[in-house]
Amino acid sequence: MTSRAPVRPVRIVLAKVGLDGHDRGVKVVARALRDAGYEVIYTGLRQTPEMVVDAALQEDAQVIGLSLHSGAHMTLAPAVVEELRRRDATDILVFGGGIIPEEDIAELKHLGVAELFPPGTSLQAIVDWLRDRFPEPTAG
Amino acid sequence: MRVHYSRDTWEREYEAALKRDDGIETSTLSGVEVAPLYTSEDRAGAPEELPGQYPFTRGIHAAGYRGRLWTMRQFSGFATAEQTNRRYKYLLANGQTGLSVAFDMPTLMGQDSDAPTSRGEIGHCGVAIDSLADMETLFDGIPLGDVSTSMTINSPAAILLCMYLAVAEQQGVPFTRVSGTLQNDILKEFIAQKEYIFPPQPSMRLVVDSIEYCAAEVPRWNTVSISGYHIREAGSTAAQELAFTLADGFAYVDACIERGMQVDDFAPRLSFFFDAHIDFFEEIAKFRAARRIWARHMRERYGARDERSWKLRFHTQTAGVSLTAQQPELNIARTSVEALSAVLGGTQSLHTNAMDEVLALPTDRAARIALRTQQMIAYETGVAGTIDPLGGSYFVESLTDRMEAEAEAYFERIESYGGVIPAIEAGFFQKEIADAAFRHQQALDQKRRIMVGVNDFVSEDEDDLEILRIPASLEREQAERVGEVRRRRDQAKAARALDQLRGAAASKDNLMPYVFDAVRAYCTEGEIMGAMEAVFGRYVEKAII
Repeated sequence: MTSRAPVRPVRIVLAKVGLDGHDRGVKVVARALRDAGYEVIYTGLRQTPEMVVDAALQEDAQVIGLSLHSGAHMTLAPAVVEELRRRDATDILVFGGGIIPEEDIAELKHLGVAELFPPGTSLQAIVDWLRDRFPEPTAG
Repeated sequence: MRVHYSRDTWEREYEAALKRDDGIETSTLSGVEVAPLYTSEDRAGAPEELPGQYPFTRGIHAAGYRGRLWTMRQFSGFATAEQTNRRYKYLLANGQTGLSVAFDMPTLMGQDSDAPTSRGEIGHCGVAIDSLADMETLFDGIPLGDVSTSMTINSPAAILLCMYLAVAEQQGVPFTRVSGTLQNDILKEFIAQKEYIFPPQPSMRLVVDSIEYCAAEVPRWNTVSISGYHIREAGSTAAQELAFTLADGFAYVDACIERGMQVDDFAPRLSFFFDAHIDFFEEIAKFRAARRIWARHMRERYGARDERSWKLRFHTQTAGVSLTAQQPELNIARTSVEALSAVLGGTQSLHTNAMDEVLALPTDRAARIALRTQQMIAYETGVAGTIDPLGGSYFVESLTDRMEAEAEAYFERIESYGGVIPAIEAGFFQKEIADAAFRHQQALDQKRRIMVGVNDFVSEDEDDLEILRIPASLEREQAERVGEVRRRRDQAKAARALDQLRGAAASKDNLMPYVFDAVRAYCTEGEIMGAMEAVFGRYVEKAII
């Protein structure tokens, strides 16, 4: 999974997909991940799945984090995974967070989203989850 | 027993007393330091104030809730116009006294249900409205001369207002009898909610156009609901919510005056919308301070003569961000505390959140409990019997003064940027809000603030709530419906209306009559926005972390 470039900080693209403008959560997570030593690229609002994958490939990111608050998660999160598949980039890990009901979390994981963080998640829980997958975020 | 007053004795005893050392913040939710005790010394020399009298700290009505209770106005909308129409009839039958429309994301963003980027978004966070045809269905059987309706719509607000008026026209209701509220607050979109479409200047022009039009044609319509709710939900403190919202209000007043309107011709129809968060007294102080600040500025700075221009009327919604997905039934308790603060703060109307809104749109059952919570406060608790019952509380009055001072300090900072729009362009508000949101999340992570069920008092075995599901088939149906509207209408008339609108956008004309013609010609929302976008362009925010 880390075969792309082992000795450099883990790079994460955080994105708001769809029409939703609620960016409180994604900004808080962006700061926390940056403080934890990750390189964070925040795409800004109203990205299509194609734009998100473009950004991840251009930035050579290992991880994509999606923020979803408008109820469109069952369409948009799988669309990002599908786009990665189409572009032969499934080594990029996708996670998400936002207003996502329990049942949908199971279904999204089944569809290839690695993890989803529902409301009430601590920042530390997200950092811990990333650390498990990328043990040395500041290897560079 | 000897009774005497000694502040010194109390201070000694307080210092000597054991204190909790659980690490929990004693400042307000916004980080305002509060003393353990307030006395008359904190309010020495404070003037006597009465409700219904300038500066209205104690309320805008002399009779308070004895005169009239607040309007119980539950924000709702989901799926199709037909389904939402049924929910409205259900709420009205259950004692709700006003309607409040929630639109879905494509409608809020000014695009049609069959646009490619509407995929997955249709009917999820509100009702899908593409054209006048949908609006006719939404209010079918609801007499628009008898109910008042609030519409939460901003960038395309002018279009949705025209659709509503067109339905009133069909029902034979004269515009002078139509009442309601349009959110129409574009400034807070740039600041917090981010549902902007056009750049700030043409966006402001549309707001002023609608204010000017309503002042002449729809005198009972509240033209802008100047909103702190979204600013607060995006992470601001109470003082920032207060200050940024009122600053936006003043910016609309300035813009209308610049257009050549007289302040008393439009100011009485500006209204406000605040958040009721979980820090009880801080919220009450915020509402009271808001009234006082608005009254002072309108009278002293803008020279308004009509008392109605001085009176800040507001709607309140309990805080969505205070709700938890964990042990969601606790949200009923949170919401009732928040609703009580709004009532004690003198709100004119109130939305209480449903317990399941942290997961999805509310089910019928959850929506009913939320409405019943307001009815309990109104009819069981007795709090509506006395006007401004916390007036004179040493603490609440001190906190009210403090809120006012903090807001005034923010007005100066905003002014130093050259006003609200330059401050938006400099990212000032966005950064202030993001900083506050981050501080709050850190306090939760470090357990300096507690959310029950989230970072303490966690239950392992939680029952799942039943949640409202929007069927996937809806997307295709709504897309087909808008296609059908486009096919069936008088094409020449629709094309002409759009052409004329485009021409007017490039001129200085008030756009409302042109938008109205396009609506009557069954042009879709996306088409009407498109015609204006061709002239105005589209705003792109510089992303600030």
